[in-house]
Amino acid sequence: MSKRPAYYHFLGCIIPHRYPSIEKAAKLVFNDLGIDLLDMVGASCCPAPGVFGSFDRVMWATIAARNLTIAEQGGHPLTTGCNGCFASLWDANHELKEDEELRAAVNRNLAEIGREFKGTTEVTHYIDVLYGVAGMQKLKEHVTHPFTGVRMALHPGCHWMRPALVKKKDNSERPHIFREICEATGAKYVHYKDELMCCGAGGAVRTADVKIALEFTKQKFDSILAAGGADVIVTPCPFCLLQLDMGQVEIQKIFGVEYKFDVMHVAELLALAFGHQPEEFGLASHLQYAQRKTEPNWQRLKLRAKATA
Amino acid sequence: MTVAEEKPPVDVDTVDLDFIQMIKKTGGPNIQSCYQCGTCSGSCPAGARTNYLVRGIIRKALLGLKKEVISAPELWYCTTCYMCTDRCPQDVKPTDVIKAIRNVAVEEGYMLKPHQDVAKKVLEAGHAVPLDKDTWSALRQKSGLEPLPPNGSSNPKVAEEIRKMAKKSGFDKLIGYSDTPPPAEKKEK
Repeated sequence: MSKRPAYYHFLGCIIPHRYPSIEKAAKLVFNDLGIDLLDMVGASCCPAPGVFGSFDRVMWATIAARNLTIAEQGGHPLTTGCNGCFASLWDANHELKEDEELRAAVNRNLAEIGREFKGTTEVTHYIDVLYGVAGMQKLKEHVTHPFTGVRMALHPGCHWMRPALVKKKDNSERPHIFREICEATGAKYVHYKDELMCCGAGGAVRTADVKIALEFTKQKFDSILAAGGADVIVTPCPFCLLQLDMGQVEIQKIFGVEYKFDVMHVAELLALAFGHQPEEFGLASHLQYAQRKTEPNWQRLKLRAKATA
Repeated sequence: MTVAEEKPPVDVDTVDLDFIQMIKKTGGPNIQSCYQCGTCSGSCPAGARTNYLVRGIIRKALLGLKKEVISAPELWYCTTCYMCTDRCPQDVKPTDVIKAIRNVAVEEGYMLKPHQDVAKKVLEAGHAVPLDKDTWSALRQKSGLEPLPPNGSSNPKVAEEIRKMAKKSGFDKLIGYSDTPPPAEKKEK
């Protein structure tokens, strides 16, 4: 029997601290697929690519490299379910392997805590592992609860596939990989004009000016409605998810417009399609539901809610 | 919107080359390849709703107008979506150019307080978005997880290591972080 593939599970900040349902859903999905997710003890913030990348490239790469050394020492590649974490860790790993001057500066900082970046690990996103390691065939085989008749809008986000020349993941103008993974669940893909547009949160913009960040988000929502609407929006990134999920509450406050979209991370969509119940990973714990005192629209999502007596 | 005003002409023979060199070194090696086609700004979702103009910033940088470029508030409206980078016919990598210019801006003291606070949180807690309330731990338990994740939230050594490196590189001073606030200074609020 061949050995089970194993990855360090890089959690970052938003998944474990604000949307832990994604962390649990990923554990369920990867376990079903026979892939081990290993605890990455001692990992920190990736660090946040918008703020740190904009503030000080060397310190940004230093903190990212510290995380990479944990994977290097353990001898396994790492995987993350966050486009932002992927941006910091993948980019830093790539730049540190190419840029000797940067690497020397970073290793001078790492020496302070007895660590050294060696360039021996690989950074992946859940999408890479789902598509390239598990494979589409296996994903489809595990679907026991197809989302037949559910209209799904996608928000692929930016940092898994861009910049395309460097990342070499997908055609960033006409991407198909994320869509294929989501379509494996049987949900109906709804194309909308602004699908490939940024959610507005990245680059430290959400922190700088939440209203401007939400204008992006609002444009995306209107674009989905113009395409006939969707029952669920699916994204591979918790920061985008936060922006699309909590963003609805914020948009209502700031712009006085109400949108009612359920938003899921691709790990959650797959967990449900693989037959797991929403309460197994806490789908209803998404922040918009807590803020609005609502629940996911079970009927529209074709999911049965936990029997509440 | 800008309004026309009388200005002396820029002498292209005496531009601030140091600024261009700084940008080239920090992530914009191809900035001088820009021929001002405007594909970046045409592709830019931030430019569609704000006065953020990538193309203009790049041209200003090439003219050596450093102060004007690094002090402009709109420099911080780029969401780093890389749409411009993927479409630039000259491989200028405008997103990386903007990030490099931001690095120079921060070095010269142009940074926003909310960003500074995010950076400080990483030095304090090891995380930009920390597990700073019991409700967040409760959320984890609702999802069937242990209350503390196996990251910096359960291990104070993580933030300690980051602080050591920040001290060594001078990043702590750059963002105004100090683990022992001066006693004379009154707390804000």
